[in-house]
Amino acid sequence: MSEQHEAMEGYNFAYLDEQTKRMIRRAILKAVAIPGYQVPFGGREMPLPYGWGTGGIQITAAVIGHDDVLKVIDQGADDTTNAVNIRRFFSRTAGMATTTKTVAASIIQTRHRIPEQPLREDQVLVYQVPIPEPLRFMEPREVETRKMHALREYGVMHVKLYEDIARFGHIATTYSYPVLVNDRYVMSPSPIPKFDNPKMDMMPALQLFGAGREKRIYAIPPYTKVKSLDFDDYPFEVQQWEENCALCGADNSYLDEVVLDDEGNRMFVCSDSDYCEERRALGEHGGFTGEQPDLEEQNHVA
Amino acid sequence: MSPELDQSQPLLTVNGLSHYYGSQLGCSNVGFDLYPGEVLGIVGESGSGKSTLLKCLSAVLPPSEGEVIYRDRTGLPHDIYQISESARRMLRRTDWGVVEQNPRDGLRLGVSAGANIGERMMAVGARHYGGIRSEAESWLDKVEIDLGRIDDLPTTFSGGMQQRLQIARNLVTRPRLIFMDEPTGGLDVSVQARLLDLLRGLVAELGLSVIIVTHDLAVARLLSHRLMVMQRGQVVESGLTDQVLDDPQHPYTQLLVSSVLLP
Repeated sequence: MSEQHEAMEGYNFAYLDEQTKRMIRRAILKAVAIPGYQVPFGGREMPLPYGWGTGGIQITAAVIGHDDVLKVIDQGADDTTNAVNIRRFFSRTAGMATTTKTVAASIIQTRHRIPEQPLREDQVLVYQVPIPEPLRFMEPREVETRKMHALREYGVMHVKLYEDIARFGHIATTYSYPVLVNDRYVMSPSPIPKFDNPKMDMMPALQLFGAGREKRIYAIPPYTKVKSLDFDDYPFEVQQWEENCALCGADNSYLDEVVLDDEGNRMFVCSDSDYCEERRALGEHGGFTGEQPDLEEQNHVA
Repeated sequence: MSPELDQSQPLLTVNGLSHYYGSQLGCSNVGFDLYPGEVLGIVGESGSGKSTLLKCLSAVLPPSEGEVIYRDRTGLPHDIYQISESARRMLRRTDWGVVEQNPRDGLRLGVSAGANIGERMMAVGARHYGGIRSEAESWLDKVEIDLGRIDDLPTTFSGGMQQRLQIARNLVTRPRLIFMDEPTGGLDVSVQARLLDLLRGLVAELGLSVIIVTHDLAVARLLSHRLMVMQRGQVVESGLTDQVLDDPQHPYTQLLVSSVLLP
């Protein structure tokens, strides 16, 4: 399914120079050795703005090789601006083979989702991270948050969850839900929905996190324990929907709400576009009877 | 206070404590013993080294010279600047409490009163929401804050309520030693009187040891058993509170006592 491209002249393979890649690889090795620990690295300027995946793109550039097949998703979809541009960036600068199929990819760069299809040991998941510090909203001082990580003082994380229950009656944090990695470091999983948190636990694939503006890299090695923080009497739980996917009928995937018209009609569809397409190719279908909406339109709502 | 603790052993022993800010003297050669259940007042004018001394004692500011020895619940002595930083911070969260002059420094203003009280419990491992909440309620009750305010932000509280909330937040882990820096500063007299009354009650009920820094001699007389008078970084006089205030020996103490305005 993958497409092969010709690299452009005048760029080093995958844009970054080799010394920069070595520096990033060293940071990645350290991050893998200390699961959940934020390793500072010399983040470079990339030809896209901060907040669009400069951290993820640098990690991908540092780990990608000629044999890799790259998939890029943004909120689960392969065909949004961010995903298309990053895929094209690596096609041009590295002549990379790219794909939209989760099963065919060896490197998946993601913004805000984990694919529904379980990942394998030979795959790498690269997250784009806007704010790597989970303690930031409770403690603004960087010196203090580093000390809190070093001394494992994570009481304030529960203060935030307490506050949620006191105000809303349940833990109202729905994305970027803090996790404890390998029983040691509290980590921000990047703004993935908490629906995806259980997928991180004991995942066979290597998970790498890159924050370009904050210049931090962290990682979860394969088969590492990842626990979402909670209270004994308010255990962690994920979102539920009353609907199934309107296109493929899936009842176990993360759904996006798509507004159809001005009369308040709406439908729920899988946010993971590849998963939805695969299921439809196998003959599954949901309850949507109207005209098939343009896929691009769906994903903009996502 | 644990029953097995030997009451005749000092809780805190301070020897030859000095601190210099560069060549500037903060406090010099301070030494004293503090026993369980005792309230020690430190008085003196602004710039006399009271707050520097309190910071050195409460493990915030490492002194230039001298040692601070704390006896833990099992009776073992620890030099607080020799133990590991994590043990020191643990001590500050569990065995000790610090009540700041400005409640904004001692409270977490972005979260509710209940979360402020619960924070220390969660920091030492409490993970049951219902348990944390009922404990927070019982402490709000003890410091005379309406239970209906448990989910309100401290920024919506009056100055006196903020100060009482700060006290509740500190006492929730049953500390043995409380440091207070001008706890009644900035409060009007009637609020101040209620706070002092509350503090006196809690100290007696819980058997707390307290080191209280104040420039208000009336507060010192009401709360403290013993008094240390500081001038230019030195302790110039110390003794029982009534004795120091009624029969001051040092010229500076005499000046201080005679300077108090009577209404």
